[in-house]
Amino acid sequence: MDNSKQIKHLYARAGFGIDLTDLHQQRNWSPKKALKKLFKDSETITPLQAVTENLDITFGSRKDATEEERKMLQEKRNQQEKALNAAWMLQMSNTKAQLREKLTLFWHNHFACNIGNYYYQQQLNNIQRKHALGNFKTLLVEVSQSPAMLQFLNNQQNYKGHPNENFARELMELFTLGRGHYTEQDIKESARAFTGWAYNGKTGDFTFRPGSHDNKPKTFMGRTDNFCGEDIIDIILDNKQTAKYISTKLYRYLVNEIPDEGHVNQMADVFYNNKYEIAPLLEFVLTADWFYEDKNVGNLIRSPVELLVGLDRRFYITYNNPDVLLQFQRTLGQVLFRPPNVAGWPGGRNWIDSSSLMYRMKIPSTILNAGVIDFAGKATPEDEAYLASQRKQQFNVIKRVQAQPDWNKFLQGVPLKISHEELAQYLLEPPINARIKAEVDAAPDIKTLVIQLVSTPEYQLC
Amino acid sequence: MKRRDFLKTSTLASSALLIPAFLKPFEGFAMDAITGHKNLVIIQLSGGNDGLNTVVPFGNDIYYQKRKSIAIANTDVVKLNDMQGLNPALGALKEIYDQGWMSVINSVGYPNPDRSHFRSMDIWQTASDANEFLTTGWIGRYLDSNCQTCKDPYTAIEVDDTLSLAMKGKNMKGIAVQDPNKLYQTTREPFFKDLVHGPEDAHLHEDNLGYLYKTMIETYSSADHIQNTSKIYNVTAPYPATGLANQLRTVSKFINSGLETRIYYVSLGGFDTHVGQQAQQGRQLKIYGDAVAAFVKDLKQTGKLDDTLIMTFSEFGRRVEQNASNGTDHGTANNVFLFGGKLSKAGIYNDAPDLQNLDNGDLKYQVDFRDVYATLLNKWLDVDNASILNKNFAGLNLV
Repeated sequence: MDNSKQIKHLYARAGFGIDLTDLHQQRNWSPKKALKKLFKDSETITPLQAVTENLDITFGSRKDATEEERKMLQEKRNQQEKALNAAWMLQMSNTKAQLREKLTLFWHNHFACNIGNYYYQQQLNNIQRKHALGNFKTLLVEVSQSPAMLQFLNNQQNYKGHPNENFARELMELFTLGRGHYTEQDIKESARAFTGWAYNGKTGDFTFRPGSHDNKPKTFMGRTDNFCGEDIIDIILDNKQTAKYISTKLYRYLVNEIPDEGHVNQMADVFYNNKYEIAPLLEFVLTADWFYEDKNVGNLIRSPVELLVGLDRRFYITYNNPDVLLQFQRTLGQVLFRPPNVAGWPGGRNWIDSSSLMYRMKIPSTILNAGVIDFAGKATPEDEAYLASQRKQQFNVIKRVQAQPDWNKFLQGVPLKISHEELAQYLLEPPINARIKAEVDAAPDIKTLVIQLVSTPEYQLC
Repeated sequence: MKRRDFLKTSTLASSALLIPAFLKPFEGFAMDAITGHKNLVIIQLSGGNDGLNTVVPFGNDIYYQKRKSIAIANTDVVKLNDMQGLNPALGALKEIYDQGWMSVINSVGYPNPDRSHFRSMDIWQTASDANEFLTTGWIGRYLDSNCQTCKDPYTAIEVDDTLSLAMKGKNMKGIAVQDPNKLYQTTREPFFKDLVHGPEDAHLHEDNLGYLYKTMIETYSSADHIQNTSKIYNVTAPYPATGLANQLRTVSKFINSGLETRIYYVSLGGFDTHVGQQAQQGRQLKIYGDAVAAFVKDLKQTGKLDDTLIMTFSEFGRRVEQNASNGTDHGTANNVFLFGGKLSKAGIYNDAPDLQNLDNGDLKYQVDFRDVYATLLNKWLDVDNASILNKNFAGLNLV
């Protein structure tokens, strides 16, 4: 039995796509068996270790620093940002643990954080990776107590008598319940419960400061007691709405942007009944019949990072200058560790704007073929002039991009007897239609065909 | 024929020749609309700008009582009248104000205010009620309204790489253009042209693939038109070297080259000042004030100020009382600024915010933001606001 379609879909969603060799090998597997392998491959947890120095501690927040010292500090921060970004891109592109990395990317967006301390950012990212397939409560507590989040959402400034409500609000609005399931009063009261949660600026460790904690009774969600932060989290998780909120978000990440109420409710039941264990929830979704229905295949818009990582994995690209990847992320509107705000990247059609779509269609050929998309159709003099100028610039593009795809390895995975149309169906997730069929039929050779296919609107979907 | 008109006509004609016939339905050169063409420029301040430290009610003691460490000292305020004045970082706007090109509307908000950045920004961008969730923006619905000049995506341009919800309608949306030349170059790829030409099949559906193809086709034709129209004009006026100033310079280029765009959208972030507000807000306000002053002076110089209206808003103001970290938390009503050469009520439009009569520590709104929109729609863009705002707002006597 040929299950290629399902296996390919599973890998597109639970990971960053499957390469031709693996697809050939697993095409007769049941999706269940393939998922088991995805989980098995993700048992390893490889934390990022690119940033080794906590600059806030080694430099401190010295007010007397000279202009020169400030410049050096900024330079170091920039280096750390680049190193951390590159390390994660590399890990996503090369790891066997793609389910874990894909979910880490989900939590990276769910618990979005944008601060200039990349030591803390790396630590938060490693928490998200460690619990990516684990328990949501453990993940939530560790995230909430991470210096990165304490700093980003100002709980560091949340004192008895002068509560700072930033963390309490985002905890409920974005991390757990979603809007409309709490009151302004709940925010005010729970902010008091989180007073005293802080990190020690000298050691970078979480610490509870009893002196800053408001230990008077608080009324939260209709219950009154001398609540502390953990109690608030327990009450929030006790509310099934949290399971539903997370399930909805995960459904939109893995299945379809338009949530199906029935499917989401099934997910929420599984999640809640399994005490917020993430793996059983994923297993439920990724083996559900509805996950493989046509309407849920090839219809999600890849995020820029998914697009770039997918290319890397498909064509075994080596970047001699990792800054280039950072540049592509900027151009396409998603720089890892720099979400636009605490709500993360809005995703879906929001990735697509006039400019960003054109860049997304141009970047693959820039990486794979020095910016040239060979054109087999009838070229006008204007087209000829454009193509000639692109060819003339090839050398400059190569010098700038410094990326090396491994064409041999890619072509080795391509079965000898594969038709152009079959190859197109492998590279694109949506079904092949007349417009693509016309290009496929006109393409003179496999490499030209491949470059064209990755430069289509279809390739933006997974 | 006047030289200027000739230039416009010939540019249009030459670019029209380059447009392949199949794309013609997307092109609508509204020649009549060019003369006396009015532009609206919207500047969004993201993060919830603290209005009370922007237009400072220095004449009110309560302000100083509530903001012991972050109030702007009376002597530092750039006075507009005996009650209110500008944050010193906005010093560049004083000259604009004195010329009668600026008006300040106090206490703008909406009933049952939402203090979430995202939700409140959505409310402002979609012009919804607080308990109503709309998926289209108010400018997008203006484009949908089929007004005479609304046929093209470049009727509304956001000078950015991404498009805000405000600019997205049900059928139409604006276009995001950070750099017109770069966008044009990317669309000239022969392979893309071939895809645009491709057989008309099931592509233009409502699904994501249809959305991608529709966006590609619209971008292809708009990029050509924007580039060919705007490349003839170079901005010569001085602008500060900031991102916002660069965006406004691009807007100036578009306006002065005679592009048929009616609405421009730009934004500046960094106003979420929970901690150490004074330095942070001061930096952002200076970027804002200097850029706007340069833009207004540029337009005055080129004779376009009378045809341009600039509106600035933020998703909410901040709490009246400061917090313990020399910052302010999320609040409610806020001020809105208008700039232009033809303001019917320049200066301060209404009373300073009432700091005594608060709702849970927050300002009560006096002007619904949709009355501001209604004014812009009715009196500036010449459309009936009720069809776009979904109910009728009386509007204000502003323009």
